[in-house]
Amino acid sequence: MTPILQIRDLQVSYYTDLGRATALNKVNLDLNSGEKLGLVGESGSGKSTMALAMMRMIKPPGRIEGGSVTVGGVDLMQLSDEEMRMSRLSRIAYIPQGAMNSLNPVMRIGAQMIDAVRAHVPDMSKEEMTERCMQSLESVDLKRNVFSMYAHELSGGMKQRVCIAIGILLKPQVIIADEPTSALDVVTQRQVMETIDRVQKEIGTAVILIGHDMGLMAQFVDKVAVMYAGRLTEVSTVRDMFTNPMHPYAQALIKSLPNLSNKGVFQGIPGLAPSLLRIPSGCAFHPRCEKAMDICKTDVPAVERYDGDRLVACHLYAERA
Amino acid sequence: MANLLEFRNVTKTYTRGFFSEAGTTALADFSMVLKEEDPTILTVAGESGSGKTTLAMLLLGFIDPTQGQILYKGEDIRNLRGDARMTFRREVQAVFQDPFAVFNPFYTVDHLLTVPIEKFKLAKSKAEARSKMDEALSAVGLRPEDILGRFPHQLSGGQRQRINVARALLLKPKVLVADEPVSMVDASLRANILESLRGLHRDHGVSIVYITHDLTTAYHVANSIVVLYKGGVMEAGDIDSVIQKPEHPYTQLLIDSIPWPDLDRRWGTDGLSVKESELSDKGGNGCRFAPRCPYAKDECLTASPPLHRVKETQVASCILHQQHPVLPSANLTDVLPV
Repeated sequence: MTPILQIRDLQVSYYTDLGRATALNKVNLDLNSGEKLGLVGESGSGKSTMALAMMRMIKPPGRIEGGSVTVGGVDLMQLSDEEMRMSRLSRIAYIPQGAMNSLNPVMRIGAQMIDAVRAHVPDMSKEEMTERCMQSLESVDLKRNVFSMYAHELSGGMKQRVCIAIGILLKPQVIIADEPTSALDVVTQRQVMETIDRVQKEIGTAVILIGHDMGLMAQFVDKVAVMYAGRLTEVSTVRDMFTNPMHPYAQALIKSLPNLSNKGVFQGIPGLAPSLLRIPSGCAFHPRCEKAMDICKTDVPAVERYDGDRLVACHLYAERA
Repeated sequence: MANLLEFRNVTKTYTRGFFSEAGTTALADFSMVLKEEDPTILTVAGESGSGKTTLAMLLLGFIDPTQGQILYKGEDIRNLRGDARMTFRREVQAVFQDPFAVFNPFYTVDHLLTVPIEKFKLAKSKAEARSKMDEALSAVGLRPEDILGRFPHQLSGGQRQRINVARALLLKPKVLVADEPVSMVDASLRANILESLRGLHRDHGVSIVYITHDLTTAYHVANSIVVLYKGGVMEAGDIDSVIQKPEHPYTQLLIDSIPWPDLDRRWGTDGLSVKESELSDKGGNGCRFAPRCPYAKDECLTASPPLHRVKETQVASCILHQQHPVLPSANLTDVLPV
């Protein structure tokens, strides 16, 4: 089965007054249709940049320096601007961070949804568009009358689900959700995640969930990709990630999780995430790594495949590759 | 025993305009005592709109209660004047949710630390002020030479939040109100900030009111917990009992909704259905949670249940537990261990 999404050597830099910051460094990733991938990492590790690069929405001073993003056999990087505009939402949809605050306060929810449909399928009749929007609202568990409401009449969780409804209007093959629940409390968060889960199963799309909450990942995704300083350090199934993380950074992330059995034990990750302007030589994690060796300071570890389906970039496992 | 801080049947109602009689009750008949000699960490938990932040604002004296009194060392905080007010302002400190919003981007971060030193005349000389700042920053695990003289945008969210904790520490407070201090910080930095807070409590005898919707972190730092829903106390008690054996359906829902980082504990395995809170849910006379409660009966809609003492250190406001004795809401502190 060919993966629905193939990212090859994707590289993004931001040109700042202080020099060039490499936010994404030769990232490779495959995702099958119907799969849910979690993308985790600290702030500034390049998670959101990766989402924006897939949508070709990187703005200056940022620039996509190279690589390809193939969705269903079409390389998005080769499309013209107009073709790319048509691909957004129909091939690949993006639910940005704080999406619920992006609804227009002076337009009814329905008008905003119809806008999106009309931009892609201009010859559809008005009734058909309305019907499609209403169905989309229903599939995220909202009542049909939300269609004629304004954003201020809805709660945070409902607004977030409106954004999901807009995201699935044209049944895209890939949906990227960037911290869809970061401002919501636990009960609403659960409702929103369960909505995404159900919608994803209905239309069989691939979902990339960006976030730093490992608990949410355990509940939701099939595969986890860990990012550090613009590179992927480990991609594993969620079970492997939680029971046997391989990369030392992934191990530290898993260890820092609070749970009910180790009351009062806090284990943070020592040190700070590096600035993208001054990425350490060799493996970017070596200054914070307990198991750092000499080679880690000089050589960037290549991403190798282990145990069939795990991708890890670490010198510790060099002889097993 | 001297009461450091006391809420006496406090109610806060927000009204809309002059003529509309219907208001929103953000906190209803809430009583609690923090004792001077036994500093504690008390968690106030609940979802958005449950009255958590109103409680913080009342405690800090930013808003006045509609009914009831808030006493600080036996004195109504509305009547504090002059020196007494300055003492209250110094001894009751806050750490807020957003570490990005509390800094003025035009000043270096030193400003946040020097202003309280000047204001409360904590130091006689520049050198003394500097050593106090160094001491406070070191206490929260920051290196002063990395921090002082920098601008807010040069620091990470976790560093900024720890500076806020350091600022609170500088003033040697008696009570610290922490309103969602870690919700906007990376998971990997949360541990450091929570550890700083616990250090304040352990080493400096500060009572902490930890306001959050995240019951996992609450479980790790707090001794006792009060669960609020729409301004009313749903459940309260010592943290181990409440988290491990919640008795109120609302607390059960909250705990069941935590995304546990555990593959064998998935959402929805215990079958408690999640219902959306409707904006139109009016409190009415009945139980506030009744419209969403899977066990709701007819009598839930007519009378608000009192607090039933299900255990020595646990109360739940639910008729499912009406065989247990009733605890008057003014005595809530009896079930909160320190």
